[in-house]
Amino acid sequence: MDQVRESDLERAVLNPLRHTTMPFWLVIAGLGALVALMVVVLVRQWVLGLGVTGLSRPVYWGIYITNFVFFIGISHAGTLISAILRVTQAEWRRPITRIAEAITFFALILGAMQILIDLGRLDRVLNVVIFGRFQSPLLWDVTCITLYLMSSTLYLYLPMIPDLARLRDRWAGNLGTGDWGLGTGVRGQGSGDRGQESTVVRRSSFVVRSSWLRHWRYHLYRVLALGWHGSAEQVRRLERGIGIMAILIIPIAVSVHTVVSWIFGMMMQPMWHSTILGPYFVVGAIFSGIAMLFLFMTLIRKMWHLERWIGPKQYDYLGLLLLVMSAFWGYFTLAEYLTTGYGTLIHEQAVLQAKLSGEYAPWFYAMLFLNFIVPFAVLIRRKGRTPTGTVIASAAIAVGMWIERFTIIAPTLTRPSLGYERAIYAPTFTEIAMTAGSLALFAMLFLLFFKLFPAISVWEVEEGEHVAAVRRKAEELMAAPQI
Amino acid sequence: MPRWGMIIDLDKCFACQSCTAACRMENNTPPAGPEQTGRDRAILWNEVLAFVNGEYPKVEVLLVPRPCQQCDNPPCVHVCPVKATYKNEEGIVLVDYDRCIGCRMCAVACPYQVRYFNWYKPEWPAGMRQHLNPDPEVAPRPKGVIEKCTFCIQRLRHAREKADAEGRPFNAADYQPACVQTCTGHARYFGDLDDPNSLVYQLSRSPRAFRLLEEMGTQPKVYYLKQG
Repeated sequence: MDQVRESDLERAVLNPLRHTTMPFWLVIAGLGALVALMVVVLVRQWVLGLGVTGLSRPVYWGIYITNFVFFIGISHAGTLISAILRVTQAEWRRPITRIAEAITFFALILGAMQILIDLGRLDRVLNVVIFGRFQSPLLWDVTCITLYLMSSTLYLYLPMIPDLARLRDRWAGNLGTGDWGLGTGVRGQGSGDRGQESTVVRRSSFVVRSSWLRHWRYHLYRVLALGWHGSAEQVRRLERGIGIMAILIIPIAVSVHTVVSWIFGMMMQPMWHSTILGPYFVVGAIFSGIAMLFLFMTLIRKMWHLERWIGPKQYDYLGLLLLVMSAFWGYFTLAEYLTTGYGTLIHEQAVLQAKLSGEYAPWFYAMLFLNFIVPFAVLIRRKGRTPTGTVIASAAIAVGMWIERFTIIAPTLTRPSLGYERAIYAPTFTEIAMTAGSLALFAMLFLLFFKLFPAISVWEVEEGEHVAAVRRKAEELMAAPQI
Repeated sequence: MPRWGMIIDLDKCFACQSCTAACRMENNTPPAGPEQTGRDRAILWNEVLAFVNGEYPKVEVLLVPRPCQQCDNPPCVHVCPVKATYKNEEGIVLVDYDRCIGCRMCAVACPYQVRYFNWYKPEWPAGMRQHLNPDPEVAPRPKGVIEKCTFCIQRLRHAREKADAEGRPFNAADYQPACVQTCTGHARYFGDLDDPNSLVYQLSRSPRAFRLLEEMGTQPKVYYLKQG
């Protein structure tokens, strides 16, 4: 039977969904402990008030807003990169789009969560909907992020449908047997057998009433697969849907990080009120997004043993893209700081001095080192664009971009224009625990997600292999001597 | 419709801070205590700021009492996502404490840092609690919302009610914020900036008059008269 034999790709991608090792659960438990700590400090903050943070007047925003910008930034990993690569038909994108899109989805949720953590009155958050007014940049953010979350959810979901149908069919074989092993009982060719599905449904109604509970994974896949059976019409519609979303999502993604920057840029505060801020944030977002994609793609590659599919090509090409973004980021940084430094506006100079030689100097120079020098040193040579090299560069960038967000937010707030005193911002344990917990929650959701759904888009990689085979064949024919 | 404004004569002010104290008693701002004050968390709607210039032995200190500047073009109002802060028709910038979501965007937007956040639930020592102003308009604010100087708007309402009760038209002179009333050196003047006959109108056009961060275009309705 055809179905019994799975391709190497299927086996590699689906095995992590079937078997989970103890170390994996230990990792989840470790992350869960950090999340639990976050919940404790969060409840304490809600009970006592935002006084438990290191915030003050005039440093009204701190680590939470930094985390917000950071998470929204890395959300650009995914959807934007995956969409651009899809639109430009870069074949090497195929094995990594799913991971990229999942990063977007979870990063957006975590980003939106930071704003909720930062609110003084979470109980009144619905006022934003009831009384929302579009003169406030915060409403622009709410609108754009909601739109981005919805469209990137759709963009994650649509290309997953054929894979979900495949999972549905694999898990259908286990119905009634309680066997969680390989789904070998499915008959028929491919995933498109309507009759087989109805047999399965009939069978399941005979099984104990707890069928839904015992076979929740099958039912989850069945519902999510939306009756996909791979007909030509379905494929045509899906491709069309993905094509439209890939194009739509690019302006939405750009708008999101632009309006995030405008939270600051629209304020008449020194070194915020700058026209460069929008594009600067978008570049920084794509930059940190690619770095985060490297980190998580390497993690999944190692834990799920996907080395054969996520290989040198992905590291080389995406590494180049990261290098280009580092150059862009460096250029924008130079433009911004030189323009400010060349001028003599006193309020701007005070903030600039805080970064160049004041208490924020260590942060500022660390940012330059991590975001510019490290990536260039590592990625400039092809030998550096390996999993090890890119992970080193990406870890540096992930930290460096967090610092970048922090050095944009904090120094300006500590140097108010009225200038009668300097404020000091020292984050408390609450804010640090919340940051660690947020990162842990992000990683945890990401890992659990790929225990339930395949990390590589199986059908797209198969399609890619098919395209490559056809192309090879065509080249052979073209090269063959004319008879 | 009057456009309420204030003049502060820096020549007359000797930084006794009775305005700060009067404001606290009138508007029920909670005392933060030394620890929170040290962390820049004190709520003082009217603070006397010290601008220190130069180094010993050539030190110049400029003391500036700073209430809310009641901008005609207030950056805080522009950025509020829920219209919890607004400018009323008489030009006073107010906060709806029941609507504020505590995002603190207004506080970040304000170049004068006159918007104060309730980091904790406000508390008073028992002795002070008895002396809270019973007026419901200045009832203690809940934790997690922004509050600020209102030009003692409750006093405006009282003045109007009193004029009505006495059957006479309301006069701008009937209304004075607590800081103006209490000012020991008579350094503060208050009134209608649109009334050419008012003292504030004339003083605001004095060659000594200036406003804080005037170049930002916020058009404050608090004018200062230059020292010296």
